[in-house]
Amino acid sequence: MEKQQWGTRSGFILAAVGSAVGLGNIWRFPYTAYDNGGGTFLIPYLFALLTTGLSILILEFALGHRHRRSAPMTFHLIHKNIEFIGWWQVVIAFIVSTYYSVILAWSLSYTFFSLHQLWGNDTESFLFNQYLQVGTEPGTLGGLVPGVAYPLIIIWIIVLAISIKGIKKGIEKINRIFIPALVIMFSIIVLRAITLEGAILGLESFFTPDWRSILHTKVWMAAYGQVFFSLSICMGVMITYSSYLPKKSDTTNNAFITAFSNSSFEMLAGIGVFSALGFMSSKMEVSLDEVVTGGVGLAFVIFPKIINELPFPSLFGVLFFLSLVVAGITSLISLLEVSVSAICDKFQFNRKKIVLCIGGSAGAISLIFATRGGLMLLDVVDYFTNNIVLLIVGLLEIGVLSIVIRRLDVYKKHANLSSDMKIGYVWKYSLLLITPFVLAYMLFQGLLENLTNNYEGYPTQFLLLFGWNIILITIVLAFILMWSKKKITKS
Amino acid sequence: MSTSAIIFMILGILITWGGLVFSILNAVHKSNKGT
Repeated sequence: MEKQQWGTRSGFILAAVGSAVGLGNIWRFPYTAYDNGGGTFLIPYLFALLTTGLSILILEFALGHRHRRSAPMTFHLIHKNIEFIGWWQVVIAFIVSTYYSVILAWSLSYTFFSLHQLWGNDTESFLFNQYLQVGTEPGTLGGLVPGVAYPLIIIWIIVLAISIKGIKKGIEKINRIFIPALVIMFSIIVLRAITLEGAILGLESFFTPDWRSILHTKVWMAAYGQVFFSLSICMGVMITYSSYLPKKSDTTNNAFITAFSNSSFEMLAGIGVFSALGFMSSKMEVSLDEVVTGGVGLAFVIFPKIINELPFPSLFGVLFFLSLVVAGITSLISLLEVSVSAICDKFQFNRKKIVLCIGGSAGAISLIFATRGGLMLLDVVDYFTNNIVLLIVGLLEIGVLSIVIRRLDVYKKHANLSSDMKIGYVWKYSLLLITPFVLAYMLFQGLLENLTNNYEGYPTQFLLLFGWNIILITIVLAFILMWSKKKITKS
Repeated sequence: MSTSAIIFMILGILITWGGLVFSILNAVHKSNKGT
């Protein structure tokens, strides 16, 4: 089976940027920055970007480009005993795709709600009671919510229709349209937001430096966490995407463009979100602290309130929620590609059948999150997958390559051979000394916090079943996939 | 807006967007390296 390739350099970069830029850039970065020192957060953030984000990205691009295989087969070719790391990443990407698609389904619904601001004045009650119909008992599914299930099916149909067409005609083509469209739509929102009354108040709160915060470990960990979680690294995505690069490719420069595109979009999102929040706080005559939030609350509770107050609310509502859909779909496509590429690579199955099979399974599983108990389930699965499992696999990937089997020099040489921008000791020692230490510390803190307190006060049984169990499930699935009969072709 | 907030806003935009422009220009300038 012939290896697929990107058609152009910009096509690959746009797809990598499409994967990295997602919902987290819009709703996670602004709140994290505000909560961790405002303007001064930029110092640890940029340090984390250069020492961890960019370094891992260069490593993963070099891994994919050198071996030209999916994540598990890349690790297998490095050392047969570490193929497991790749499969673990495949399972994580698959699980993330199941609940990530549900948030896209909400965004798609809200795009249509925006036309007539169906959420009314009590946006919180609309989201939780009317739209999601959230049940009270954690762990009880309580029946499918049609308002979430139908858009969810639409999202999966769109994603499968794109993925089935392959790398060049499907993923590359759609990212060429979606990423410029996302930048244009979001720029219109930001331009409108910064011209609103009270926008300066929001921007001042966002950028005012708090010099004391720079001495806090918590702030540095938040910066490393933001960079680590927003770049789609250690999930097999970047190894998979770079495996489709032709031999003559500048991996290091591509990594720089991808990382800085992601950060530029985060900065744009921060300016837009805080301008809008400043407008909201001045309109409601309350302090900014009372309206500032991140995550689901920001997008589906606070933003609808802001949209209600804007002139031409339908236009800006559609632009905002469509931006979320577009940013999310390109990330969802990349998550699906990790599994598709890995299965095709190992078992040599037909790509179209695999896309339908894996995408169909992910779509079917995602319906669990479209139930009345889906929100709590999503919250716990997302928390444990990101804060525990992804950190373990990230630590394994970097720790094994840099400390255990010491292959960094091989990939440094490979990146330098194919790139104009040369990497040296800073890159090597960032991955050898800084990244493993930071990931280990973040993991230790996460484990300690969850072993002493129940996340969000959920019942222990619920957390054991859907949180801690996720770690076990992903490990078991990864081992099953690794031990399955191999069918590696010579290349 | 306070001076320190303005400085940090300009710095944030300059470093992130500047980094992006620099890497794109570098890619365009040395485009003989392929994809």
